[in-house]
This record gives sequence, structure tokens and C-alpha cells, in this order.
Amino acid sequence: MFKKIASLAIAVLMLLTALTAFASCSSDGAAGIKIGCIMVGDETEGYTLAHMNGIKEAAKALGISESQIIWKYKVEENSDCYDAAVELVGRGCQLVISNSYGHQDFMVQAAKENPNVTFVSMTGDFASISGVSNLKNGFTKVFESRYVSGVVGGMKLKELIDNGTVSPTATPNAYDADGNVKIGYVGAFNYAEVVSGYTAFFLGLRSIVPNVTMEVNYTSSWFDIAKEAAAAEALVANGCVIIGQHADSTGAPSACERMLGEGKICYSVGYNVDILEAAPTAALTSPTNTWSEFYKELFQNVMNGKEQPYDVAKGYNENGVAITKLGPSCAAGTAEKVAEVEAALKAGTLHVFDVNTFTVSQPQNTCEVTTDAAGHLTSCKVNMSYMDWSTMTPIYEGETVECIKDGYFDESTVRSAPYFSVRIDGIIEK
Amino acid sequence: MTAQHKTHGEPLFRIAKRDALPMKTKILIRAAAVLLALVVDALFIVLVTKLNPIAVYARIFAASFSANMLFMQLLRDLTSLLCIGVALAPAFRMRFWNIGAEGQVLMGGFATALCMIFLGDRIPTPLLFLVMIVTSVLAGALWGFIPAFFKANWNTNETLFTLMMNYVAIQIVAYAVNIMRGERASVGSINKAGWFPNIFGYNFTLNIIIVAVLTAAMYVYLKYTKHGYEIAVVGESERTAKYAGINVKKVTIRTMLLSGALCGLCGLILVAGDKHTIATNTAGGNGFTAIIVAWLAKFNTFYMALISFLLVFLEKGAREIASTYGLNEYIAGIISGIILFFILGSEFFLQYRLILRHRTEKGGADK
Repeated sequence: MFKKIASLAIAVLMLLTALTAFASCSSDGAAGIKIGCIMVGDETEGYTLAHMNGIKEAAKALGISESQIIWKYKVEENSDCYDAAVELVGRGCQLVISNSYGHQDFMVQAAKENPNVTFVSMTGDFASISGVSNLKNGFTKVFESRYVSGVVGGMKLKELIDNGTVSPTATPNAYDADGNVKIGYVGAFNYAEVVSGYTAFFLGLRSIVPNVTMEVNYTSSWFDIAKEAAAAEALVANGCVIIGQHADSTGAPSACERMLGEGKICYSVGYNVDILEAAPTAALTSPTNTWSEFYKELFQNVMNGKEQPYDVAKGYNENGVAITKLGPSCAAGTAEKVAEVEAALKAGTLHVFDVNTFTVSQPQNTCEVTTDAAGHLTSCKVNMSYMDWSTMTPIYEGETVECIKDGYFDESTVRSAPYFSVRIDGIIEK
Repeated sequence: MTAQHKTHGEPLFRIAKRDALPMKTKILIRAAAVLLALVVDALFIVLVTKLNPIAVYARIFAASFSANMLFMQLLRDLTSLLCIGVALAPAFRMRFWNIGAEGQVLMGGFATALCMIFLGDRIPTPLLFLVMIVTSVLAGALWGFIPAFFKANWNTNETLFTLMMNYVAIQIVAYAVNIMRGERASVGSINKAGWFPNIFGYNFTLNIIIVAVLTAAMYVYLKYTKHGYEIAVVGESERTAKYAGINVKKVTIRTMLLSGALCGLCGLILVAGDKHTIATNTAGGNGFTAIIVAWLAKFNTFYMALISFLLVFLEKGAREIASTYGLNEYIAGIISGIILFFILGSEFFLQYRLILRHRTEKGGADK
């Protein structure tokens, strides 16, 4: 028996020595900055693709060669992320980036153990309260482009109402008891990130068509083609005319395209990527994140030894967000209206969460609110703590911040990750 | 026999069992297998991916050996797999097809995670560890006991039973995780209380030590103890066992309790010494991979360590080349699969030999 083991051991050893001889040929090359990227997906998935493009574009602009970037694809949101981060540090990275929210827990562990390396957990929310000074967060003000995509949806809905396609007699199912037109939204989870997004979309749409109501269907997954399609089908069956989404697949747009072909009236607003290919006639547009500006600034800071701020979120003003090319089904005059709204957002004359544009009457679980007689918010206090939900104790204690400033809810400035989680009137979560 | 030796009906070659080979020949055969695997792989790499095979091999190697930390991670993942293989060994030796390791490990890990979450800050650390060990071992043992109890008393099919128990475990964990995660996508990293201590700079050093001890202990248990002998006899033939006065029912249940308990312990070291979180995929399919490990090693635990090493090394290599060269994961899998295929294939030639039609056997009946 011993001989058998020993001979197998020697065989394995030989394999290793053969490989060692080859290993010496490998070289990581290139001087200067080295960047490690931990991606939750790969180029086949829109959300990750947007990050990859942003990183590559920023690197190119700064003269960072491709060999200076080490990629880790399809890293799950568990200790695999920690392993990947530690490995990237071991391979000489001074900067390690992860692109999914669930990576954050494991990035903080690696950050604590490697204080000389900068760790950036994109879309994360606790860097500034974690007490780990080399952990940073970054996001975009995607609620701004969601608002604009809502405007695009609103223009389409207005056209449908004006030309009589949608009316109480032609499509009674599209109206609720109060005479509001139904729109729908496919959401991933009931987090602030999603609530902030769908509320922005809703408010953008309602700025064009005042009498709307929105139903939100959750899929409990960031990427599930079948579930997203099923959610969209359920919404359309219920009478919804415009379907927005905050989930990463093209399940909902494809379903809308099919139903539109079958004679239903439904148009789709996607997320992250141009959905015209999946839904040539049903697609209106998609709100997107443009990460390159963020990454360019980050890379520069790390190269120049400048401290990266805990939280950075770029909006329209800094080219952090945009909407994709308008689909052929968009209503006439949409481009002009979009340009007008975008200009107002940049100029600061328009605020997405202007308290005068919505009312709040239901009790809130996630923040403390007070309203005036008309139901408009006068105060909204949000606790920024990072919670352990199984024991209901804060893992990182954050401040409770008053978020209503100058008549609007100030989103993504206290920290980069969204924290608007007020459930407003006119939206029903399912 | 001589007359039939060259008739038309004879196949091109036949297979005969070998006598024991000298050490040198064994090493040569294995080395040849490795070289052949590298050559075939090189052809595959050049033809399909157009990459330089030497660079690809270098990356496979670098994935586990280019830094201390990577090597330690290799050891950690190796021990996670080996531990389950060791846990399965007694059951398989008894020919009790325990394919429920995934669920038994998960229940052990789940029990550990619950202790860490809800008792973590409330009781002193030594007591916490004691509670974690007891609950995880009990949880795993329970998951092993249920199918064994049914098998021993009503002769139910243990393969189906243990398989189904996996899904029960996965659903229980999914349900609990869904409650505990709150507004997060997962339970996330569980608070520090209950993590294995950092020894020699690594959180998981204890994992390696525990599994090394278990591996040696299981070797002795199966080979030199009365229990081990009983297990072997029951595995060979239940009737013989009964005839020899062995209580088959008792041995079956006892062995599965042991197998389940060790799986539960694997769950403990996975959660407290490695993952620090709980999810339905915490066992990560190792419960099934370990079946291969246990089988290939013919229940010899040291041999299991080598096979675990090979599997983990190749898996890490495949992931690394998929990432580095932007390869499709399946192609990376094929590359490492070819190496595995040849190494395992060489085992065949160590035990059997091919006899071609026209060759006569040395010392055969031709004389």
C-alpha cells in the first residue's frame, strides 16, 4: 500500500516539476499601477459588461495597459470574493475593485488585512461607517437617468392616450377604480436601491401623465430571465401599459415584445443595456450607468497617491448616467423633451425627489417621516447603519440623517449608495 | 488452449490482471501518463484555443503555487474535500451508498452558523466552540441516522433516501437564510465570534490540522480496529456478517452515525474556518465530488488526500486559465479533464495488461 501511495505521489510530483519549469516563463510584466477587478458576471451579462467597459475605457485614457489589469470573472458573493481579493493583493495589485453589492462583506475582510491596498466595493454602502479607511464605495446617480427613462415612458403613454389606443372604453383593464392608468415595474429585491429607482421612474413618468398608478413585482433575484418574463406577463395581464425594470436580464423586454406582437399594448423600459435587439418594437430606452468617469478619477487618485473619498456617485452633471438610444416606437418629440429634462437636472433646477411632486400617507418601516397637511414630506430621517438582520443589531453604526433639504429628498450625497426607501402614494408593491 | 490461441474468433487483444509491479515500473507508467496527458492537452490547446500551451500550463501551475497564500488556499480547499471523503469512507466500505454528504455537511454548517449568529456575542468563546462542535456533529449525525435507521429496520433504498435528505437540508437552509438575510442578498459574513483563530497567519490553519488528524484516525479505524473489521465484513456480505455473529443493524446505524457526524464536522470547519457564512451552496457540491474521491481511493484515506489534491489543483488551474485567457469555462474544464483522464487511466494499466492477438504469453502453454 505504501508503495502505491508513494508512486502516485511521485507521479504527481513529476507533473508539478514539469509545470514548474514552464512557470518560470510567465511574467506579470509592466511597471506602475496594478488593478485587480472582481466581477460578479462576465461580458455576457449587461451589468458587468458596463463595468468592464468603464474600467477599460478609463485605463486606456490614462495609458494603463491591459496587462496591468487582472480580471476575476463570475466571482460569487461569498468567501470566493475574499479569496479573489487576497490573491489579487498577492499578485501585486494596489487597487482591488468588486462590482456587486454582496461582495462588500468580503471586501471589508480583505481590506482590514491589507491596509496598504485600496479596496473599492462598487454599489456598497458601509465604507464610510466601517472604520476601515482603505475601503471605499462608488455608485452612480442612476435615479436621475431612471427619472429621464420615466419621462420617455410618459411621452409614449401620453401618445397612446391622445390617439385613443388607451382609453377607459378601449382598454378598461388599463385603468384602476380611480381612473388612473396602470404601469408596471419588475424589481429584483425590495431594497432602497430598487425603491429609489422605481420611485424615480414613476415620478418621471407622472411628470408627463399625471393620472398613473404603478404596480411593482419582485423577482428576488438580480438576474433571472424566466422570472422577469413571468413578472412582466403578470403585470401586462393586469392591464399595465408601460413596464419598467430593475433587474439585469432582458426577460421582461422580450416578454413585452412577444405580447405586443400578440396584440397587447405594452412597452418596455430596460436597464443597463440597449434592449432594442431583444425588443425592437416594444423597447423605448434603458437608463444606464457610465462608469468610465468614476474609474478614471479613481485610477488617477491611486496613481497619484491621493486619498479616494469614501463615497463617490456621479450623475448627469459628470456624465455618470445616461439613457440608451431611443427606440423607433418612442413618441414624437421625446428627444426634445429628454434634452430639456436632462438640462434641468444638470442645472439643478429640477430635482428627482422634489417633495411637492408626491405624497406619503402609508406608515413607513425603513425611515422616520413627517408630512404636512397635503401629505408632502417635511422630514425624512434615514438611519445609515449597516444591519445584521438576523439579530436586528447594527454591524456598523451609522448616523440618522435628515434627508429633506431645500424641498427635495437629497439622494446619494450622504453616501453613494441609494437610501431613498419611502413608499409613496400611487405605487403598489406586490 | 494452445489450439484456440490463433483462431479467427479471438479478439484483437484481451485484458489480463497483472501481478504486482515493481515500484520502478509503476513510477514509469505514471510518468508516461502525465507526459502523454501534457502532449495531448498541448495539441488540444493549440488547435482549439490557439494559445501557447506552455503559457497555459504555467498559469495552471501558478494558480496554486505562485504564492504561499495560494498554496495555503489549495491546502484549505483540499482539506474541505478530503474531510468529506474521509467521512464517507466507513459508509462506503460497508457498501452503504451514502450520497447524502452534501446535506449532512450543510446541516452541520447550518447548526454552526446559527450558533455563531445567535450565541456569538452572548457566551464566552470556549463555550461557544463547544456548543458549535456539539450541535454541528449532532446535526450531521441526525441526517445520517435517519436513512440508516430506515435501512436497518425496513431495508429502504439508502441511495434514494440519502439523496432526498440533501434536498430537505437545502430547503431548510434556503428558508432560514431567506429570513436571516433581511434586506441583504445573503446572510453575508457572520460576526467574528466563532471564527477559528488565526494560526501562522491563516484563518484556516485549524482546518488543515483537524482534517490531517481525522485522515490518520480514519485509516487506523478502518484498518486496525474491530469496528473497521465489522464494517468490512458487512460490506462484503451481510450473510457472512450474520453468520459471524455481527449485529448488522447495529453496525449499519453506528457507521452511518459516524459518517454523518464527520460530515457535520466538515460543515463546522467550512463555516467557522473558511466561508464564515451560510448559504444553500456552502457545501459547494463537494458532498458529491467526495464520492469520487472516496471511490477512487478505494477507501484508503491517504490515497484520498492525493486524489483530493489532484482534483483541487486542476479545478483551480481551470478557473485561473478561464479567467486569464477569457476562455469559456468548459474549455478550461476539458484541459484539466484530459490530465485527470490520463492519470486515472494509468491506474488501469497498473492493474491490467493488454495481450495482443499474435503475442504469446511468457511462460504460457505454447511451449
